[in-house]
Amino acid sequence: MIADAEKTFPDECCGFFFGREDDKRRMIKKVLVVHNSKEGDKRRRFEIAPRDYLKAETFAEENDLTLLGVYHSHPNTPAIPSETDRISAQPYFSYLIISVFDGAFSHARSWQLNEELKFDEEKLNSELFINQTK
Amino acid sequence: MATVIIPTPLRKFTNNTARLNIRAGSISDAVSELTINFPDLKKHLLDEQGKIRSFVNIFVGDDDIRNLQAENTPLQDNTVVSIVPAIAGGSI
Repeated sequence: MIADAEKTFPDECCGFFFGREDDKRRMIKKVLVVHNSKEGDKRRRFEIAPRDYLKAETFAEENDLTLLGVYHSHPNTPAIPSETDRISAQPYFSYLIISVFDGAFSHARSWQLNEELKFDEEKLNSELFINQTK
Repeated sequence: MATVIIPTPLRKFTNNTARLNIRAGSISDAVSELTINFPDLKKHLLDEQGKIRSFVNIFVGDDDIRNLQAENTPLQDNTVVSIVPAIAGGSI
């Protein structure tokens, strides 16, 4: 995910991640990099084509994993969800945002929509995340 | 009966069921049936006018219903219907 975010800079990257969860935590096992299908300027927007979403659900089923969430990058902005992110966010999913400044990874934060359709931050094991996804 | 595939984020509203068999003649009927059986799905599938939300895509087989007959797209036995949430966002 971090490599994708740096490579795609100054555009936003996006993709899915899969894994397992219990009551306390979610463990990422696989990542699927997806083409940012947003037409026009991709530096401030991302979009995932419906057919890529269907592929992600199929991938989860075939690999006996759970589709845990979506990642995308924020080029030259902090990893805080925007109103654009919130409006189109789905329940249940973790929304992992990777901040990239001047092409280099800065930090990552993860968010989940609550019952009031606002984002709550999830605790992210940054060390593990960086080691496994760089 | 048609089979409706529920996307992962909405399964918490269908008792964690991924596939539902529904007897319905059209997409519109299938969505009504779903929201009657699982009322919490309603706000995620329909807007305030009762229309399918713009953030929700529905596929019949490999085809987006917007390229078929939209909500009036007929369903037959063994038709597979996929509900596909729009995934988008951005930093501003």
